[in-house]
Amino acid sequence: MSAPSPDNVISHNRLTRALIYTALILFALYSLLPLYVMVVNSLKPLDEIRQGGMLNLPQTWTVEPWLSAWSTAQIGVQPTGLKPFFINSILMVVPAVAISTIVGALNGYVLTKWRFPGANIFFGMLLLSCFIPFQIVLIPMARILGILGLAGSIWGLIMVHVVYGIGFTTLYFRNYYEAFPTELVRAAQIDGASFFQIFWRILLPSSGPIIVVSVIWQFTNIWNDFLFGASFSGPYSTPMTVALNNLVSSSTGVKEYNVHFAGAILAALPTLIVYIVSGRYFVRGLMSGAVKG
Amino acid sequence: MRKLMTTTAAVALMMAATAARAAENVEVLHWWTSGGEAAALDVLKKDLESKGITWTDMPVAGGGGTEAMTVLRARVTAGNAPTAVQMLGFDILDWAKEGALGNLDETAAKEGWDKVIPTALQQFSKYDGHWIAAPVNVHSTNWVWINKAALDKAGGKEPTNWDELIALLDNFKAQGITPIAHGGQPWQDATIFDAVVLSLGTDFYKQAFIDLDPAALGGDKMKEAFDRMTKLRSYVDDNFSGRDWNLASAMVIENKAGLQFMGDWAKGEFLKAKKVPGTDFVCMRFPGTQGSVTFNSDQFAMFKVSDDKVPAQLAMASAIESPTFQSAFNVVKGSVPARTDVPDTEFDACGKKGIKDLAEANASGKLFGSMAHGHANPAAVKNAIYDVVTREFNGELTSEAAVKELVAAVEAAK
Amino acid sequence: MDSRSRLQELVPKLVLAPSFLIVLVFVYGFIAYTGFLSMTDSKMLPSYNFVGFSNYAKLWALPHWWRAVSNLAIFAALYIAICSVLGLGLAILLDQKIRAEGFLRPIYLYPMALSFIVTGTAWKWFLDPGIGLENTMHLWGWESFSFNWIKDRNYAIYCVVIAAVWQSTGFIMAMFLAGLRGVDNEIIKAAQIDGAKTSTIYRRIIIPLMRPVFLSAFVVLAHLAIKAYDLIIALTGGGPGQATELPATFMYSYTFTRNQMGIGASSAIIMLVMIFSIIIPYLYSEIRGGKR
Repeated sequence: MSAPSPDNVISHNRLTRALIYTALILFALYSLLPLYVMVVNSLKPLDEIRQGGMLNLPQTWTVEPWLSAWSTAQIGVQPTGLKPFFINSILMVVPAVAISTIVGALNGYVLTKWRFPGANIFFGMLLLSCFIPFQIVLIPMARILGILGLAGSIWGLIMVHVVYGIGFTTLYFRNYYEAFPTELVRAAQIDGASFFQIFWRILLPSSGPIIVVSVIWQFTNIWNDFLFGASFSGPYSTPMTVALNNLVSSSTGVKEYNVHFAGAILAALPTLIVYIVSGRYFVRGLMSGAVKG
Repeated sequence: MRKLMTTTAAVALMMAATAARAAENVEVLHWWTSGGEAAALDVLKKDLESKGITWTDMPVAGGGGTEAMTVLRARVTAGNAPTAVQMLGFDILDWAKEGALGNLDETAAKEGWDKVIPTALQQFSKYDGHWIAAPVNVHSTNWVWINKAALDKAGGKEPTNWDELIALLDNFKAQGITPIAHGGQPWQDATIFDAVVLSLGTDFYKQAFIDLDPAALGGDKMKEAFDRMTKLRSYVDDNFSGRDWNLASAMVIENKAGLQFMGDWAKGEFLKAKKVPGTDFVCMRFPGTQGSVTFNSDQFAMFKVSDDKVPAQLAMASAIESPTFQSAFNVVKGSVPARTDVPDTEFDACGKKGIKDLAEANASGKLFGSMAHGHANPAAVKNAIYDVVTREFNGELTSEAAVKELVAAVEAAK
Repeated sequence: MDSRSRLQELVPKLVLAPSFLIVLVFVYGFIAYTGFLSMTDSKMLPSYNFVGFSNYAKLWALPHWWRAVSNLAIFAALYIAICSVLGLGLAILLDQKIRAEGFLRPIYLYPMALSFIVTGTAWKWFLDPGIGLENTMHLWGWESFSFNWIKDRNYAIYCVVIAAVWQSTGFIMAMFLAGLRGVDNEIIKAAQIDGAKTSTIYRRIIIPLMRPVFLSAFVVLAHLAIKAYDLIIALTGGGPGQATELPATFMYSYTFTRNQMGIGASSAIIMLVMIFSIIIPYLYSEIRGGKR
């Protein structure tokens, strides 16, 4: 890995720069559009939404929909808002992300630094598992969770997410550690360092960027998952997305769009924050391993 | 290792806690999550709590219960079935066939359900002669919701047959409003198709949708039904595709459209917009279907649970069928009670009419399960019919082709 | 010493063992199970009545399935092509010492963070001619403006592409940006000294260097396209008619709402075959590359 400079060495005249900025800003507008629609309409009273003009700014500003979505909107029989489900999602996401990242790191370490016959075949098998459509695992998974006594519990959900997350995390860490100098590992081995000592003292300290990639990826996927959350959660482990779905997709009731939009933004807030805060590390992490280039 | 131990302990603790609660507890899977619906269900919850039975809520909204049914399958496969599940029509019978449902005969016999619940409903609440589910309500689907101001402009006379309906629609067009407010989603297309088929004769409806008789499905009358769909299509605005039903209702409320064909849940939208039945809007049966009713009915199917949970389950079933709950719930929900002996004093004009129509249709044998809402034939057949109806309505098939396709699709899905 | 080194030999394999078992059971076991279901007459719940390949015959006789497959062909081709081109383009533009990069990058990336349960309604509104873009343009005075693709069964699939491109382009852009930042500046400097124009440098030198990124992007996009489900449900529900039905929605609907699990399972197997025929060649080159 050479240390690449942050930007390339090509320079431009003013006109080209103006064109470049225009193109970039246009795309930013396209990108922001749905978020704009959601935010603007979440701040309008319902009557104003019914009149149309979804791109207009509110005539009457109100935060009522936000308060309602957070604490008084009807999720089930009780008007609890999304508040109580937040903690369920956190309790599910944090361990699932941590475990799948650790497992992925160890797998990547073994697959690159402790090669053994069949390692590549194993890696191939693991990678293919990233591409399995989740709908087909629903019924057999339910059976297994039932046998293990984990059905309806947060631990069941964590297990499911770890199982279908390790393919991605292993991929990231393997590609990253592939570029890590094997000589360092060999030298430590000769000094008598054990398997875990080498991992802990040598590889882990320099794994920052790829941990960020793995965490972002897993966090977003698990936080946004609906199918598993709905199917395998119990009454005390219902995650946020399921609650959000209960809020927005009622069948024969009155639809309060402003509350729906406010709830949608609230539910997405943690992932948005993760992206904005660690966005720069994300590209850096991708650069250093996730993409081979 | 310590982590693993704590995990195991935590899981064990959680399970112990669940077991301790189980005795006087019902776990209810349903998809009534919007304001009015949930408020209606809360009536039941409070009732049970006053009897010392706690309520564990498992709401899963989406697609008129399709998401909930997926979740239910996962729950049952995991050996973790809820106490009671909100369910529609043939799903109940399918689960009964799998031997997954409990038995309510004791309560039903004590309270005389056989006498007061319409026979057409019992077909879905009983399997092999045993009660398996407690019906909560009856929605009837062959309603028309008309903007009163627009109707008055057109002479104020409610259409009673197809020709008068077309004349009214033409008049709406002349008034410069969209004649029919409609949302182009398969189930909404099918809701209209239900009414159109029913208006061509109750026997025809029964032969086509309930008996699935190929002669009726492929006959001239069916072609006539598709022709009428094509005709109705010409009164719909260009943006109908994918529109939610409640946005279509809003068009009628705001006098942007003349009328909507929709089940009685649409009333909630009108009431929410502070409109009064009879003065601001008119509710009537689809022209040509007066005296007959197509229905769908929400029921709570009772799953097999361990013996210690049965008393709570039976208490819940009993509470659902109590006339006070039936009245309180259905006033809020917009539907009509699932038993015919509930007084209509609490209901508004449309509700009263609905109760009367239901009793009449039940007595004269003209109460039929709605095809569009899964009460006439099983899910596979229903969706096969949806496919054809939607494609024809969207102009992908001519009515001749649609008739042929309908026979083939139903045959393949049977 | 001897036993210790043998233990050392074993540790790596012990570390991998749980993952190996998990994948064997939860991925390949389940695929085998689905394959088995596809040959039974399962309806609502799994059944064990063997019926051979008749579900596959039924599947390919359904116009609905053909529609789903041909929609996937249109959708995947456009989605992959547009995302790659836009992603590369944006990455190149963003790589020109743009001062606002730190501000723009999260804006491009954030759609990937949101699920379509969240953004589906916003897109649905925006694309709807009655309340969305068309209506707004009319209100703003541009009366002749027309944009009703989502209501037109010949064009609705392109609306799905618009929303899908919106979601993934940022991520693809990040992949390309990472690739561009990895290019050695010395090569570019050398070309500049030789008098090459900027466009030539990109066309001849930099873009060819991006080949591995194109490959990764292709795999990511192809699997997202085949798995696309939330997007369709939130945006069109498969309509108008069946104009935007895709294999993933087809499979879900036959397995879970139409109670025809046998046919659902056979469509799942076909999907898996499609996915694997794209991924396995990639994997092969990936693993071979690892040995270099």
